[in-house]
Amino acid sequence: MTARISRRSGFSRDSSPRRSRLKPLLHVTLLALLAFAGHAFAATGAIEPLPFKDHAQEVRFQNLTKQLRCMVCQNENLADSNADLARDLRLEVFQLMQQGKSDDQIKQYLVDRYSDFVLYKPPLKPGTWLLWFGPLAILLAGGAVVVVAIRRRNRDDGAIDDDKPADGRRAGNEPADTGDDW
Amino acid sequence: MKRFVPLIVFMALVGLFGFGIWWNTWHDARYVPSPLINKPAPDFALPKLDAPEQTVTKASLLGKPYLLNVFGSWCVACAEEHPVLMSDGHQLGIALVGYDYKDAPDDARRWLRDRGNPYDLVIADQPGRTAIDFGVYGAPESFLVDAKGVIRYKHIGPLTSEVIAQELQPAIDAVKRETP
Amino acid sequence: MTPELGQLALVLAFLLAIAQGVLPLLGAWRGNRALMAVARPAAAGQAVFVAMAFGILAWAFLHFDFSVQYVADNSNLALPWYYRIAAVWGAHEGSLLLWILILNLWTVALAALSHRLPEAFAARVIGVMGLIAIGFLAFILFTSDPFGRLLPMPADGADLNPVLQDPGMTFHPPVLYMGYVGFSVAFAFSIAALLGGEVEQAWVRWARPWTNAAWGFLTLGIVAGSWWAYAELGWGGWWFWDPVENASFMPWLVGAALIHAQAITEKRGGLRAWTLLLSIFAFSLSLLGTFLVRSGVLTSVHAFASDPRRGIFILIFLTIVVGGSLLLYALRAPKVAGGKPFNVVSRETALLIGNLLLATASAMVLLGTLFPLIGDALHLGRISVGPPYFGLLFPLLMAPVVALLPFGPFLHWGKADGGVLKQVMLRAGIAAVACAIVAAFFVQGQLKAIVGVASAVWIAVGVLLYALKRWREMPRGRRYPAEMAGMLLAHLGVGVFVVGVLLSESLSVTHDVRLTPGQSESVAGYDFRFDGVHRTVGPNWHADQGVVTVLRDGATVATMHPQKRTYSHEQVQTESAVDAGVFRDLYVALGEPMDANDIEGAWALRLYYKPFVRWIWGGGLLMMLGGFVCAGDRRFRIKRIAAEAALPVAAASPQESPA
Repeated sequence: MTARISRRSGFSRDSSPRRSRLKPLLHVTLLALLAFAGHAFAATGAIEPLPFKDHAQEVRFQNLTKQLRCMVCQNENLADSNADLARDLRLEVFQLMQQGKSDDQIKQYLVDRYSDFVLYKPPLKPGTWLLWFGPLAILLAGGAVVVVAIRRRNRDDGAIDDDKPADGRRAGNEPADTGDDW
Repeated sequence: MKRFVPLIVFMALVGLFGFGIWWNTWHDARYVPSPLINKPAPDFALPKLDAPEQTVTKASLLGKPYLLNVFGSWCVACAEEHPVLMSDGHQLGIALVGYDYKDAPDDARRWLRDRGNPYDLVIADQPGRTAIDFGVYGAPESFLVDAKGVIRYKHIGPLTSEVIAQELQPAIDAVKRETP
Repeated sequence: MTPELGQLALVLAFLLAIAQGVLPLLGAWRGNRALMAVARPAAAGQAVFVAMAFGILAWAFLHFDFSVQYVADNSNLALPWYYRIAAVWGAHEGSLLLWILILNLWTVALAALSHRLPEAFAARVIGVMGLIAIGFLAFILFTSDPFGRLLPMPADGADLNPVLQDPGMTFHPPVLYMGYVGFSVAFAFSIAALLGGEVEQAWVRWARPWTNAAWGFLTLGIVAGSWWAYAELGWGGWWFWDPVENASFMPWLVGAALIHAQAITEKRGGLRAWTLLLSIFAFSLSLLGTFLVRSGVLTSVHAFASDPRRGIFILIFLTIVVGGSLLLYALRAPKVAGGKPFNVVSRETALLIGNLLLATASAMVLLGTLFPLIGDALHLGRISVGPPYFGLLFPLLMAPVVALLPFGPFLHWGKADGGVLKQVMLRAGIAAVACAIVAAFFVQGQLKAIVGVASAVWIAVGVLLYALKRWREMPRGRRYPAEMAGMLLAHLGVGVFVVGVLLSESLSVTHDVRLTPGQSESVAGYDFRFDGVHRTVGPNWHADQGVVTVLRDGATVATMHPQKRTYSHEQVQTESAVDAGVFRDLYVALGEPMDANDIEGAWALRLYYKPFVRWIWGGGLLMMLGGFVCAGDRRFRIKRIAAEAALPVAAASPQESPA
């Protein structure tokens, strides 16, 4: 059991009374060894009824908190995390909403305190150009290759329905094309 | 040459993964640098742990640098850090302000009574609202605040003798040089 | 004593893997038939010893042998037997053993079904499988021994992570590994082809059914994982773009591209280099997934306990296997683009575009998954890349695929008939628009839902039009060869999946409520009546179990029992209650009592109404079925290959390949 803890010592630094349920084994061992009493960690999803003005606001809240990362259990979003801090932050988001703050203002409020790390969608800036434009660059480069390939194979249009071997090998070696439309 | 592109891309990935393994042996994956470094500390008004009727504000602490140490009696790593604060805390040369985070005051008082109190002053944030302004996401965390009320350095996780010698003390020295 | 036998079995398997990996390849190189003949017996022997090791570990679990560290860490006396079996692959060491066992299953199947392949080629393929096995057996022997002892033996063990104590989780890893490891066959085929030179052009045809089957398994594994996350995590989500999910999704995307690229290479001779490269990519990404999950390089929900030593080992292994293959590719891949010419409007072009998009999507997922690491390396600060990123870019890349899908089967090889395409576009387009207009009335103008319906109808009508055309034009018995039926099923699956995703995403209702017993809450026309909470017990847990009666227009629709379980080691775990339906799921998760001391009072509950969510997995299952049906096509069964058949079988007679 001790071996288990030292192996995962990176997680032994505890940060909140309620922790992720996804590392329960570790927590149990910690509980047992360190007599960490008084705070049973709950493992239920973050379920808390908040007094929303209307359903639209509830939906907006759900969408917003899903795009924010929990700082404590870093693999959970703010909506699903059961960490104490996540609870506090949800309440904070709720209150900011009641004050009429927009989604962007609420995100900025959290970024000011916790850095861009809280955003599951990294903002576009020089450091994230690779992330945002990388796929486009790959698509364009690949697209160029595909266009060249199509044009090259297409150059001799007349040969298409011809049975002429394409790469100079014996016709008998040609891959099968049964002539069926399939 | 074109046929070597996949290999080259893959070798870059291998480099990245090698870096990842190296990086993760030295860094806690949960360490997120604070955006508040070199920014004014947020305004706060919190009660003293021992005398809840007295309020401590940011303004009342201006003029001298101090180390704000976030802890809680529920926090396992804080108990790890505590002996270091007891032995080294008073040699830092600045005031040590305890920030009791999301804790029942009685638990915190008992914790400090049993283990010893390294702090010059302890403020209590039971609801944890002010801690959000500080960007606290775990405990222990330590903020070095200079005389003008600007956060100059933050350490996340337990302070150890090495961290104090290599990072905190130089930061404190720099801050003290500015304040005559 | 028995666990030591397990270890011994692994050592013997390792030695046999070396024999299997080295001798046949040498034999094929030198033309030595005796050395080539080592391949099959060595593979069989290795499989026997690995199965023995696996059996011994399972036996240790069944018999509570807590003197084995791995058993003590992952099971206890209260754990029911079926979860003790599942616990064999519940953590790093055992799941690695499962990985190796499955690799051996594939190898044995390959050895058994490859008797008609040219001798040297079969020896090379089995040899490459042996090389892979060497790496993994070394990994388990040197860094991750599942049979390590724990002395003195504890009276009871810890527990299997309760999150894993779910039927979905017992099922998910083996099937997923079947998919991951299955790509090793296509990989071995292409490496063998590269080693052997261009003569064995026919390797593509032999590799196709294996690729299709592996992809089918991977699809099923992902579907099972998604279903498990939905039912077990209590968040009502079915996909989180978590690094580990992405790790399984990347080989899936590349596998889908590979299946289509293989079609071009086999039937038209083109795209040979690309097909080779994709086979290498598909398996490399499977290995990469293993690396990411077990090295601790990325933080993830499901990651195993990380250990830099293991990370370094897998990285070295990855470098050798993938780097070596890509080097081989760079040196030996066919330099001239072969294949028959084709027109701009042709099936080749469509498949190329599809390949481009699938490969780009896979690269995008890789980039997004690794970008936090790149951010650390380049000191850009800590960065999170999550669902909003992938959820924005992935649909953009897949939209053209959906748009092209109905045309696929209508497009002829070489040169397609534009008139037919226009007809398809017109019919499917009209149907899609008409259904979208009708749907708009039902979905309160939700654009996402309307797009979902339109795309699904577009695809489905395209598939049906083609099925109809075959029905009319072809004689009985030749209408739907397995390969084509599989394709139609898989394409239909895409449509079902798309409508499931878009409808459930846009029309789902989630509502957190506080209810006292007897109180009701209405969600999407269903009245959820909370009938209180009582205690209940299971084999190794006790639980607070809520009773929620769902009524519609006064009639009871379902009685649901969401639980909050406490396992034997005080781990708490929610068990959501799901009332499944074809058109909607009702989903209830139990939160906490409003007053912790009064479980008979008010509770926090989360109520979900999820329309069409089941179609997501239904679509996935159709795709899986498509993969398996394709793999079963008679055309792929190697009929006759003469001994001199270093020559391709490609010139197959029409009788042999009706499709």
